[in-house]
Amino acid sequence: MKLIINGEEGTFDEAPTIEQLLETKGLGQAPCAVEVNAELIPKRKHAQHRLREGDILEIVSLVGGG
Amino acid sequence: MPSTVEIKEHTSTYEPLRLGRCTIANRLIVGTGKYENYEIMRQALDRSGAQVVTVAVRRERLVDDDGRSMLDFIDTDRYTILPNTAGCFSARDAVRVARLGREILEQLDNPGRHWVKLEVLGDKKTLLPDPVGTLEACKELHDDGFDVLCYSSDDPIMAIRLRDAGATSVMPAGSPIGSGRGISNPAAILTILELLKDPAHGGAPDYPVIVDAGVGTPSDVTMAMELGADGVLLNTGIAHAKDPIRMAAAMNAACRAGYLGYRAGRIPKRMYASASSPWEGMISPIPGE
Repeated sequence: MKLIINGEEGTFDEAPTIEQLLETKGLGQAPCAVEVNAELIPKRKHAQHRLREGDILEIVSLVGGG
Repeated sequence: MPSTVEIKEHTSTYEPLRLGRCTIANRLIVGTGKYENYEIMRQALDRSGAQVVTVAVRRERLVDDDGRSMLDFIDTDRYTILPNTAGCFSARDAVRVARLGREILEQLDNPGRHWVKLEVLGDKKTLLPDPVGTLEACKELHDDGFDVLCYSSDDPIMAIRLRDAGATSVMPAGSPIGSGRGISNPAAILTILELLKDPAHGGAPDYPVIVDAGVGTPSDVTMAMELGADGVLLNTGIAHAKDPIRMAAAMNAACRAGYLGYRAGRIPKRMYASASSPWEGMISPIPGE
């Protein structure tokens, strides 16, 4: 299956949950927020939320800004 | 009766400033962008005395070249983080970014999880705010439970509209973001302060107005505070100074100076001189000269 993650396409053998995806990206413990198809999915739902073919994800964190 | 002002203890300079659900002890708010490296940022934040620091929300790229995260250099027990919606050009995107920022601050259990610095920009070259988009996003975020600190132009009527839309604080720009031009139109800032704070004009004295953006020098900060602003928010003026750590200390002192000066009450300007030393008791001129 394919997902678009932060503008780049990624291919997966099986549909991951958001939690599994973050873990594979090394972000399991990182403070970050996730949108799926422009809808914010709160952290408490990451373990249940299974991603679907073609989902568009934004994974964001805090950076320096004014 | 002369009054005395205790300046020994830095934190005692200011009356606490209430901004929605947060009350802050230092009137200078600083950004975390544009620093050469995180260590300089860390020291500059420390010397600025700021209690509130702004951050941006961007696609995940958590580590710098040395594998470190910005958050490793910000003590989230010490600083209240104010996430911004910088870079957004529509109300919809700004609302999305605000919610993403809140989600992260909830994970950090930081007091900044209730608020946002709202920016909806209208143009990339000037980075001037889009008033229509700003107003729309301000309403929506307020309804969604945010304390909205609202970046705005220095238009006084826009400031009223934003307050009426539920903005916790209106934050007029001194001049364009990062321009270092200081307070371009002091009369506009004064008008905003009068309209938002004077009960005779439907205002409230404790409604917070923060000058945000364009501040380049310590004297710009002082001027904003001398006009009667409740605080100043700046980033580039410190981050791009030759010595950001020293400049942070200067901005900190300048903000205190302007705050105290405004409350002390300046003398009226007059056209001509007024001698400070008495005319009475002058010695007599030497005879014959």
